[in-house]
Amino acid sequence: MNRDLTQTVARIAGVNPRACMRCGKCTGACPAYDEMEYHPHQFVSMVETGRIDELLRSKGIYTCLSCFACIERCPRQVEPARLIEAVRVLAERKQGADHLRPQDIPARLDPDMPQQAITSALRKYRR
Amino acid sequence: MQRIGVFVCWCGTNIAATVDVQAVSDALAKEPGVVLSANYQYMCSQTGQDLIETAIREHALTGVVICSCSPRMHEQTFRKTVARAGLNPYLLEIANIREQCSWIHKDRAQATEKAIILGRAAIAKVQLNTPLQAGQSPVTKRALVIGGGIAGIQTALDIAEAGFAVDIVEKQPTIGGKMTQLDKTFPTLDCAACILTPKMVDCAQNEKIRIFSYSEVEAVSGFVGSFRVTIRKKARYVREDVCTGCGLCTEKCPQKKVPNAFNLGLDTRRAIYIPFAQAVPKVAVIDADYCSMLKNGKCGVCAKVCAAGAIDYTQKDELVECEYGAIVAATGYNPIDLSGYDEFAYSRSPDVVSSLEFERLMNAAGPTGGTLLRPSDKTHPKTIVFVQCVGSRCSAEGKGKTYCSKICCMYTAKHAMLCREKYPDTDVYVFYIDVRTPGKNFDEFYRRAVEEYGVHYIKGMVGKVSPEGGKLKVQASDLLDGRQLHIDADMVVLAAAIEPDKSARPLATMLTASMDTNDFFTEAHPKLRPVESPTAGVFLSGCCQGPKDIPETVAQASAAASKVIGLLSKDSIVCNPCVAQPDELMCNGCSSCEKVCPYGAITYLDKEFRGPNRTTLLRRVAQVNPAVCQGCGACTVACPSGAMDLKGFSNRQIMAEVDAICR
Amino acid sequence: MVFSYFPGCTLKNKGARLDLCGRRAAEALGFTLEELPEWQCCGGVYPQARDEIATRLSSVRALDAARRKGQSLVTLCSACHHVIRRVNGDMQRDAQIRGAVNRYLQLDTPYEGQTQVLHYLEVLRDVIGFDELARRVTRPLTGQRIGAYYGCLLLRPSREMCFDDPENPTILEQFIRAIGAEPVYYAMRNECCGGYTVLEPGGRAQKQAGKVLANAAACGAQTLITACPLCMYNLQKSVGGELPVRYFTELLAQALGLEVES
Repeated sequence: MNRDLTQTVARIAGVNPRACMRCGKCTGACPAYDEMEYHPHQFVSMVETGRIDELLRSKGIYTCLSCFACIERCPRQVEPARLIEAVRVLAERKQGADHLRPQDIPARLDPDMPQQAITSALRKYRR
Repeated sequence: MQRIGVFVCWCGTNIAATVDVQAVSDALAKEPGVVLSANYQYMCSQTGQDLIETAIREHALTGVVICSCSPRMHEQTFRKTVARAGLNPYLLEIANIREQCSWIHKDRAQATEKAIILGRAAIAKVQLNTPLQAGQSPVTKRALVIGGGIAGIQTALDIAEAGFAVDIVEKQPTIGGKMTQLDKTFPTLDCAACILTPKMVDCAQNEKIRIFSYSEVEAVSGFVGSFRVTIRKKARYVREDVCTGCGLCTEKCPQKKVPNAFNLGLDTRRAIYIPFAQAVPKVAVIDADYCSMLKNGKCGVCAKVCAAGAIDYTQKDELVECEYGAIVAATGYNPIDLSGYDEFAYSRSPDVVSSLEFERLMNAAGPTGGTLLRPSDKTHPKTIVFVQCVGSRCSAEGKGKTYCSKICCMYTAKHAMLCREKYPDTDVYVFYIDVRTPGKNFDEFYRRAVEEYGVHYIKGMVGKVSPEGGKLKVQASDLLDGRQLHIDADMVVLAAAIEPDKSARPLATMLTASMDTNDFFTEAHPKLRPVESPTAGVFLSGCCQGPKDIPETVAQASAAASKVIGLLSKDSIVCNPCVAQPDELMCNGCSSCEKVCPYGAITYLDKEFRGPNRTTLLRRVAQVNPAVCQGCGACTVACPSGAMDLKGFSNRQIMAEVDAICR
Repeated sequence: MVFSYFPGCTLKNKGARLDLCGRRAAEALGFTLEELPEWQCCGGVYPQARDEIATRLSSVRALDAARRKGQSLVTLCSACHHVIRRVNGDMQRDAQIRGAVNRYLQLDTPYEGQTQVLHYLEVLRDVIGFDELARRVTRPLTGQRIGAYYGCLLLRPSREMCFDDPENPTILEQFIRAIGAEPVYYAMRNECCGGYTVLEPGGRAQKQAGKVLANAAACGAQTLITACPLCMYNLQKSVGGELPVRYFTELLAQALGLEVES
């Protein structure tokens, strides 16, 4: 239980996890469901109940596709993707916690890959 | 010299827990004119009222101040109390130290101080109170019910049963409302038509009831007891008094491609039509948007085949004016438009339907004769997915409704059960957020769907419906199992939120009746006066006040009727004596008050006044009709010369209160 | 008609031909895209965290540059459009972000979201008009069954993007009709292709794209078009060439009869 972190995450995300009514539409809509350790509705509940340390350790924060389907379809304006990003940002702000290192990139490139792939990956996965 | 009695109520702990009632009565005892100051646990109780009555007699009180709850709650109670002791009821003032003090403050010292100030203001006002006599105004013994669904029908039947005349105004060509479109009704599964149509026929046959079908209210003026209402009878192009309802015209009309609104566009009808077999009145109507005779003067087939000679292409809208003593709003509901919910593919696939459309698909009088077939290819659906709360309980801006629509859990259980009963080889899934089934035999009904009929209830929500290859690929969450489900469904049924009919908002404006932000009519008191609008003489029946199922609607409809009967059984009603009164000597005839009066209570009169040196002057001065004035006070603030005053709330009294507060 | 133009990283490099097609078509249709001088990369991802200021600055610089020229800002890439449009919304509505950005940038006049941000498709729809576009088409793509792939970034969150109906969009289908082809509707057209994860190991992006392509093919699409270079790359990688995936400006230039060298 970490109430301070809950507030920090809610503040960074700009949404209120308490507004969630546990309908599960986010999880029904999520295209990355199979890859996610914690599913969007669980994520909201874990933020609300202060289980942020578990989330910070989870690989799941990097599997959100940022497709905004849960934001669009959430009937309560809880917008799980914003909470997921807030936790990811918290994790990445710790020194040495980058999910993607620049030196790893060349090995993953192919000749057709657009620049956009690299800029957005760096923006998403590294401080 | 005034002799004022002050009575401070504890309201149990409602007031006493936050306000030091003893300190309040001690402080107020020292105010000028106060000869007695007491406090008691429950002033509204018989003992409390006796205390006041005795004090008035024993101390020969000339004014009474009660520090208690809001005057909206108990002003009438206490006016009767002081009247019983022989005091004019308008020599009573209430200081609201509950809603406006103890309930909103936490600090006891501050709350006590504020209660004393509020009491002081009431004492300052009561010093200036004068005895007022309430006038009388006559009651027109006829009621108007706006909306002819089950709510309006029940209200009208009950009023007529008590012997009063009642008119129903229904904008559709037939009365009956939404219930005519339903198949079976929960929790007993009796057929909707079987229980509704006898009531529709009763309305038609009752000599106390007049039905204005295909009509709308155009204007309302007047006030409780004597409303004047203009009704627009829309042109049917068929003479109602001549048409026999044989239906021949509706078979011969060559215009066959008109979407059938009664079946929600799931099939077609002709340009001349009778909505359904049991329509009341059973009279044809021409749809002017599709009739080629009305559009370009070519055709005339219906007139040729009509043996009764009822067709009249020249018919025009007709305005009828009537007087009523009471008006009942029964404008009902509609499912919301689902085009904003295309994550469920409602616009893209005909096999994704609303629950009301599903009713028609299950109904023996519906487009498929009661056989459940997919609209796309007319095959039997083998897997059906029901989605609850579509647009209900939704706080997302501009999308759905924040409230629970209340009826969806039960009708979805009914649909699921009926599917499994009629077609046992069907797989039925219901996605729910919560199953809400309070009501007699309601939860048992839902459990039967699960336990006896094997409906798969899944706690979760559908996130996406993708039509592909004749199937509907449903992606959803199962929260209890912790899975994302993928179901290949043949049909998806959406339980759309319900909203008040669009005609309710303009009607409320005409009636000066208040509404909430969702356009439901507001009741006079949410618990104690649930079928009355705060506007006197206006009553509420059915879903126009909030989502309701049929049993609840009928109960409320009868309750509204009993309130109407109570009003109509009086020959006259007591008016509010706190009305505006102009000081003719100060009035300069500027018409400012007339312009702001929302009730049309003010007129002007050229009146003779004595001038200097025995001359006579003719001056234009304001006159207030006390039977029409509602005492809102708008004129008193608009009057530039201070000539307009409100009895019981005079400018002097208000200023005395302000002075007492600022002292 | 002259618009400020923000090409973005990909259309300046790997996607240069898509950009060229867009500019040539613009000239043919009577509007000019004037590239902003010294524009900086938008970052490709909108920072959802409300306390992220630095990652919003490049967008605000572009928006302010357009304001100084008194022009609307047009983008061709969906990702640039998404980032710049949402940052512009922040500058209009979020006093906290607006204050922090302006304190940092120290502009002559504080930027408060005055610039109108348009996607190239919106210029076609709202400025030129699809009827007019259809009249200008000289080589219609008659008989082609084309599926529109919207993806995420153009549409969501609709409250901020205000671009089209997020669940049943129509703009690309109107475009397809205007160039003489037949649009194919398929449900996954507004579902994610997983493009942001192409650098992540495990082939997640391609698996996701595969679902989109399967749905489009099952619904009868012969070609897909998209307005995002990253989606285009990801879909092309997954499809292995059976279902051509094209950028909408390529087909636009083709329909207008323009020869654009590669």
